[in-house]
Amino acid sequence: MRSIIEYLKEIVFGVWSLMQGMKVTGSYFFRPSTIVTQKYPDNRKELVMYERFKGEVVMPHNEKNEHKCTGCGICELNCPNGTIEIISKTIVTEDGKKKKAIDKHIYRLGMCTFCALCVKTCPSNALAFSQGFEHAVFNRALLIKTLNKPGSQLMKGVE
Amino acid sequence: MEEKVKNITTEEQQEYVINMGPQHPSTHGVLRLVVSLKGETVKSVQPHIGYIHRGIEKMCESITYPQVIHLTDRMDYLSAHINNEAVCLAVEKALEVEISDRIKVIRTLMSELTRIQSHQLWWASFGMDLGGLTCFFYGLRDREKILDIFEETCGSRMIVSYNCPGGVMYDLHPDFAKKVKEFIRYFRKILPEYNQLLTGNVIFHERSKGIGNLSLEDAISFGITGPSGRASGFSCDVRKHEPYSAYDRVTFKEILYTQGDTYHRYVARIEEMWESMNIIEQLIDNIPEGPFAVKMKPVIKLPEGEYYQRVETARGELGVYVISDGNKNPYRVKFRSPNFVNLSVLNHIAKGFKIADLVAIGGSLDLVIPDIDR
Repeated sequence: MRSIIEYLKEIVFGVWSLMQGMKVTGSYFFRPSTIVTQKYPDNRKELVMYERFKGEVVMPHNEKNEHKCTGCGICELNCPNGTIEIISKTIVTEDGKKKKAIDKHIYRLGMCTFCALCVKTCPSNALAFSQGFEHAVFNRALLIKTLNKPGSQLMKGVE
Repeated sequence: MEEKVKNITTEEQQEYVINMGPQHPSTHGVLRLVVSLKGETVKSVQPHIGYIHRGIEKMCESITYPQVIHLTDRMDYLSAHINNEAVCLAVEKALEVEISDRIKVIRTLMSELTRIQSHQLWWASFGMDLGGLTCFFYGLRDREKILDIFEETCGSRMIVSYNCPGGVMYDLHPDFAKKVKEFIRYFRKILPEYNQLLTGNVIFHERSKGIGNLSLEDAISFGITGPSGRASGFSCDVRKHEPYSAYDRVTFKEILYTQGDTYHRYVARIEEMWESMNIIEQLIDNIPEGPFAVKMKPVIKLPEGEYYQRVETARGELGVYVISDGNKNPYRVKFRSPNFVNLSVLNHIAKGFKIADLVAIGGSLDLVIPDIDR
C-alpha cells in the first residue's frame, strides 16, 4: 500500500515539476518586451559598437593626410605573432638632414589576435582601434593592409 | 598475430568499442573518447587528446612576458580573465611589485564576472546535453549582459587580454559600476528561474542523481579541483586558502557537498553563482581610487629563479610555474590546467554507468578542450 502511495506521489511530483518548467517558458509568450534578439543585418545603421571595441588596428590621419608614425618599430617588436611589418625609407628633410621615415606600415589582419600591445606601447599614439567588425572578405590577400595612406607624411612636431 | 587472437577472452570479444568524438556535440570541442561498451554499459573510457594542441607552453619560451598573457586567453577561453591574472600575479611576485588596491579590486570584480559568465555557459550547455534546448537560449541570453560589460571596459567580449603585468590595460569605464549593479539586480531575479526550469525537473533528477559518484578520497588522489572537487567534499578553493588579489577582504562561503554525484556538481556551480554575486556586491560600491596600472619597465626581465602562482578559475585550480634565467623571455612555463586533471577521473567515475550517463558525467565535469591540449 505504501509503495503505491509513493509511486503516485512520484507521478504527481513529476508532472508538477514539468509544469513548473513549462510555466517559465510559457510566461515569455506574454512578455514580449523581454526578448533580446537583434535583427542583425537589418539593424546595421543603429548598431554602434563601444568606444574601446577592438575592431582592427588603424592609423588615424588628419585632413592634411598626415600621420604620427615615426617608424620606430616598437609596435613590430611588441607584436607577439608578427602581424606588423614596417618598411622604412630614408628621406632628406628641408634643412638637408637625412631621416628615417616609414614607407609602408603593413598590418596582417588575418594574423592579429587583438591583444592591443601595439596600440598601447606606441610612443607617439600613432595607432588606434577602429570600431568596424565586419572583416569577412573573399580573398585572403585583402587581409594584408597598408595602414599609412599613399602620399601621407609625418605630422609636424612629432619626433 | 594468431596467438594474440587466441588470448582475447570471450568477455573481451563481447565488448563493443565506439568513438565518441572528435566531433561530438557533447564533448564541447575536439575531444575523442574511445568507449568500450558491454551492451549499453560503459566498461572503460579512454580519452585521446591533442587535437587542438598548439604548443602554448613552448611558444611562451620565445616571447616576452606581456606577450604571454594573450596566449593564456586561448587556453581556457571561458575564464580568460582569470588565466591572465595568474600570469600577471606570477610576474609581479617575481619582480616584487606592490600593486594598488584599485587594481586588486578591479581584478577581483572582473574574475568574479568571468566566473559567472562561465557558469552560465556551462549551465546552458549542460542543459542542452541532457536534452533541454531552452536552457541553452536562456543561459546565453544572460551571458550576453556580462559580455557587454566586458566589451565596454576591455574592448573585447571573450578573449579579453585585459591584464598586463603591473595592472590592467585600461581604467574601468565610467558606466561599469552602474551596469554591474543592473546586471546583479537582473540576475538575482533570473537565477531562481534557472532552478525552476532545470534543477527541479524530474527528468533531470533521474538522469543526474546518483550518477558518476566520486568519493572524497578519489577526488583528492586524482587532484580534482574546482566545483567538481568541492561537490565531493574536497575543500580546495584557492580563493579561501591562499587569497590573492582582493579575496582576503571579502566574505564568502565555500560551497561544499559530500555526495559527489552529477547532481551535486551541478548544484555546487549554481550556488557558486550566488556567492560570486555576493562578492561583487561587497566590492562594487567602494572601488578605491588610485592608478589602474603601475609603471613598469618597457622590457620586463624577471630575476633568475622559479615562481609559482595558483588561482581559482571557474573550473578549478590553475597553476602557473615560471622558470626564469634572467632574460626577457621565460626559460620554461608550465601551466597546471584544471581541465586536464579533471578529465583524468572520467574513466574512473563513468565505469558501470550507461552510455547516456557518460554525456551527463562529462558535462558535469565542465571540460574545456583547449585547456586540456594547450
